[in-house]
Amino acid sequence: MTKNLRVKSSEYIDETNRISFKFNGKTYHGFKGDTLASALLANNVHLVGRSFKYHRPRGIMTSGSEEPNAIVQINPGTNRTEPNVRATEVEIYDGLEASSQNCWPSVEFDIGGINNFLSPFFPAGFYYKTFMWPASFWEKYEFFIRHSAGLGKSPTLNDPDIYDHRNIHCDVLVVGAGISGILAAKNAAKNNFKTLLVDEKNEIGGSTIYENNEFNKIDNKAPSEWLKKEIEELKNIKNLEIKTRTSVAAYHQYNYLLARENLTDHLETKDKINKIRQRLLKIRAKKVILATGALERPLIFNNNDRPGIMLSSAIKKYSEFYGVVCGSKNVFFTNNDSAYESALSLYNKGINVEAIIDIRKQSESKIVKKVKEAGINIYWSHTIVDTAGYKRLNTVSIMKLSNDGTSVTGNKIFISCDCLGVAGGWTPAVHLYTQSGNKLKFDEEKKVFLPNQNSSEQISVGSCGGDFKIDEIIKNLNQKLKDTLNIKETDLDNIKIEIDQENSKRNIWLLPSDKPLGKTKPFVDYQNDATAKDIKLALREGFRSIEHVKRYTTTGMGTDQGKLGNMHALGIIADTAGVKMGELGTTTFRPPYTPLTFGTIVGRNVGKFFDIFRRTPMNDWHVENKAEFENVGQWKRAWYYPINGETMHQAVQRESKAARESAGILDASTLGKIDIQGSDASEFLNRVYTNAWSKLAIGRCRYGLMLNEDGMVYDDGVTTRLGENHYIMTTTTGGAANVLGKLEDYLQTEWPELDVYLTSVTDHYATASLCGPNSKKILKKIIPDLDLSDENFPHMSFKEINIGNIECRIMRISFTGEQSYEINVQASYGKSLWEKCIEAGKEFNITPYGTETMHLLRAEKGFIIVGQDTDGTMTPIDLQMDWIVSKKKYDFIGKRSLYRSDTMKEDRKQLVGLVTDDPNTVLEEGAQIVSELNQSPVEMLGHVTSSYFSPNLNKSIALAVVRGGKNMMGKKLFVPMENKNINVTVANPVFYDEKNERLNA
Amino acid sequence: MFLINCPYCGERDQQEFKAGGEAHIERPKQPTELSDDEWAEYLFMRKNIKGVQFERWNHAHGCRKWFNMVRDTSNDEIKAIYKMGEKPPAQ
Ligand SMILES: [Zn+2]
Repeated sequence: MTKNLRVKSSEYIDETNRISFKFNGKTYHGFKGDTLASALLANNVHLVGRSFKYHRPRGIMTSGSEEPNAIVQINPGTNRTEPNVRATEVEIYDGLEASSQNCWPSVEFDIGGINNFLSPFFPAGFYYKTFMWPASFWEKYEFFIRHSAGLGKSPTLNDPDIYDHRNIHCDVLVVGAGISGILAAKNAAKNNFKTLLVDEKNEIGGSTIYENNEFNKIDNKAPSEWLKKEIEELKNIKNLEIKTRTSVAAYHQYNYLLARENLTDHLETKDKINKIRQRLLKIRAKKVILATGALERPLIFNNNDRPGIMLSSAIKKYSEFYGVVCGSKNVFFTNNDSAYESALSLYNKGINVEAIIDIRKQSESKIVKKVKEAGINIYWSHTIVDTAGYKRLNTVSIMKLSNDGTSVTGNKIFISCDCLGVAGGWTPAVHLYTQSGNKLKFDEEKKVFLPNQNSSEQISVGSCGGDFKIDEIIKNLNQKLKDTLNIKETDLDNIKIEIDQENSKRNIWLLPSDKPLGKTKPFVDYQNDATAKDIKLALREGFRSIEHVKRYTTTGMGTDQGKLGNMHALGIIADTAGVKMGELGTTTFRPPYTPLTFGTIVGRNVGKFFDIFRRTPMNDWHVENKAEFENVGQWKRAWYYPINGETMHQAVQRESKAARESAGILDASTLGKIDIQGSDASEFLNRVYTNAWSKLAIGRCRYGLMLNEDGMVYDDGVTTRLGENHYIMTTTTGGAANVLGKLEDYLQTEWPELDVYLTSVTDHYATASLCGPNSKKILKKIIPDLDLSDENFPHMSFKEINIGNIECRIMRISFTGEQSYEINVQASYGKSLWEKCIEAGKEFNITPYGTETMHLLRAEKGFIIVGQDTDGTMTPIDLQMDWIVSKKKYDFIGKRSLYRSDTMKEDRKQLVGLVTDDPNTVLEEGAQIVSELNQSPVEMLGHVTSSYFSPNLNKSIALAVVRGGKNMMGKKLFVPMENKNINVTVANPVFYDEKNERLNA
Repeated sequence: MFLINCPYCGERDQQEFKAGGEAHIERPKQPTELSDDEWAEYLFMRKNIKGVQFERWNHAHGCRKWFNMVRDTSNDEIKAIYKMGEKPPAQ
């Protein structure tokens, strides 16, 4: 039954460019310029989907982004598939495929449709009430719900498209390119404001460019003709950029707006390749002019959702803009004059208009008279009480409205039709206005919520500001432009306007039927199947707040955010509860205005650009030598270097033994490095570390522990005194940026009197750490001139020397307990330094080791790792590191907190060593520790923080934090695991070389 | 997304900044003289006002300078910005 309903040639439709596309597997034709919706309507296809809850057949209702019903899956099964797309916004191209959602097995025969007949059992809150009990049944309910519902299928293949972000700064942003937006942008740009005009459609001009009311004139021309001339003039204006297919998604504070620019969705697949599909525009505008227009409202009556029931304004747009008529027997249902324009549009093309049903008592406007003259039946004071036709409307039945509009009287009249246009008045699109943080006011006369204020940074013009008639629009726009742009003259000063003045309306939020409400289905939210009945039920059950009613009934919670029905919901609540709509307020309009793709949101930050990562100068060597890597903060650090198919355990055991028996080498470049200079540098260190620094000699190094003001360990590292007023501090790899931030904070805000300057030099140096009993011999080979004797270069000291002509800073410091040298060179020499060490170390079997071996070696020595053995609740005393806390210093960060009653408690969690009774059992890090096994519930005393099998001790070792652990030396405790209990004994956390003899061996 | 007028760099996007909590809480000069309660007052107690609030901000991804801001938390209007050490503007 494909019959062509194209009735008029339109300048926006290119009839020489015939396009073939598929809908639900069937091939159709349309033309370049069609949307999927207009092309389907031209093929007489109205049934496009099923509703969410009752699976009722639904058709195309609108011609824009507010569409609640005609939601389709684009290109199903391909890597460019996208669910929940509005057919009214899809521009067709050759090869486009689309399918209905929410139906199985097909839109024509849908199993879920049975819900419609069961609907008495699906009232508001049904899911909340039923599926919540008993709780254990939830999984079964979920299975059922997921199989019978769902809004489209998310893509499973990789998205082949490119997305982009762009920052835009402009003087004036105009949102919406209808007549108000165009005139605002033109006048702003002409007055030297850098102006950006955006519109979500592919053509600018809004509804005025197909305006057909012969009684409206601008400068003696039809408004559409007049506006086309204005649009033509825009081309010659400097300072003006126009972006079409660009939808503003969000309006944040300080005039920061996010918009999605659609660049390739309307192109054939072959033309999409290697182009940016969508671009997120991050716009910072000095002034924002909202010209977002108004959305026509439907009317709420029994069975108002059948395919073939559409907004009257949409019928007009399809007829005038796309040249498509939506039915051959048309009826309109209205409460104002708008429907008469649509009726005339069809009538003038020779299309049947069976009747207009008007709930008003009468109207004397010129356009109504014109309709009467055309001989179209008008039923004044009538309402539709029911409709019929399952997959397509075929009849409406009407009755006379009582005087007060709450009931119907008289005989029922049946009118046969295949298309019904409803016109319930206009709702200003104030979504962006409210997103910006501003409040609305209710206009009792116009029955709409309007922007409460305009400011020097933001104005709402045209119908989104409450002006619906062309003379009001121009007059108020002119004044607002002058005020906000501070200009004296505009193009609009001398425009002559004639309009059809009469514009009465009669507002009834819920139209009565001859049946009781309980037996009717007046849909308020089409997408979520919320009816007026549901809203009244919510009120009966005690819900009062509009936000609660919304959630309970799901009104306005679909992907369209209830753009069509929200006002009716509010009106019905106000009428039922006997309050004024202004007092009720509205629900919150949240961004995005229309859904955004994930691609647009993330832009280029995908794949390897998803997160920043940092690599050391030696990275290439690690890769060449087959290192496995681990992430430490943003760094990629060599984790271990497996050879000959070793497991991680085998590699780490080998590396750990080699480092203690001969020599190892670690890439320590990632440690944070902060250069500290100034005459108060020593005093500064005294204040930020727990130990004393004034007496540290030049050329010597010292380990420091940094606390938070609450007394908890924050960071640690070795700091070296390079000169009288010059230190270099090292921090943990992960803590570098935060430590610098914290130190700057104290310097700038608490101690501005100190003469100290901090510079991050982490990336400036590469560091190779040579370790083991043969490290000295290797270093000697590299730098023969340097006296490496313990007298000249003792542990915890520093030398500055050249290797060839490369400057080196060498610290003799140790994180493993072995003799170690940390060699720092300018980052660009890092790899050659590393290779030199490897070459020189060959005869000593120098073994590169990664972070895992470093962790194992330091655990053998009981050295903590901040962030692994501490978690922001450990004081130095808890860590048994009392030795590093100066008793003499008057103050340092966190000192006072070490004497709070809480931090002095004996039974705090304290760091201890754990040895397993079975030396081969390695504990799991994070495992809980208890003292009793046969008790329930049992107190958790603490947990394992570090655990390894030590190849050098040939037994399992662990560090743990245990409540009161300090006084538990030798005590037997238990680590209960899933299948067994592990017996452990509390031990000294220093497992290896307790006397530090190896440092100078 | 605020537009913040860094006193050293000028107007910059909020992304470049880090909020640093309530302003004008001076670190006690002699912490050891304080009782546990007095120290706890300094350490833990912060206001969370709906309305005009004095805050510290840091231009973390810019000049790294700390400064003060007076902000109405109910509508995020930034009423004043001034450097560390300067007196807050009169109410
Ligand atoms: Zn700055």
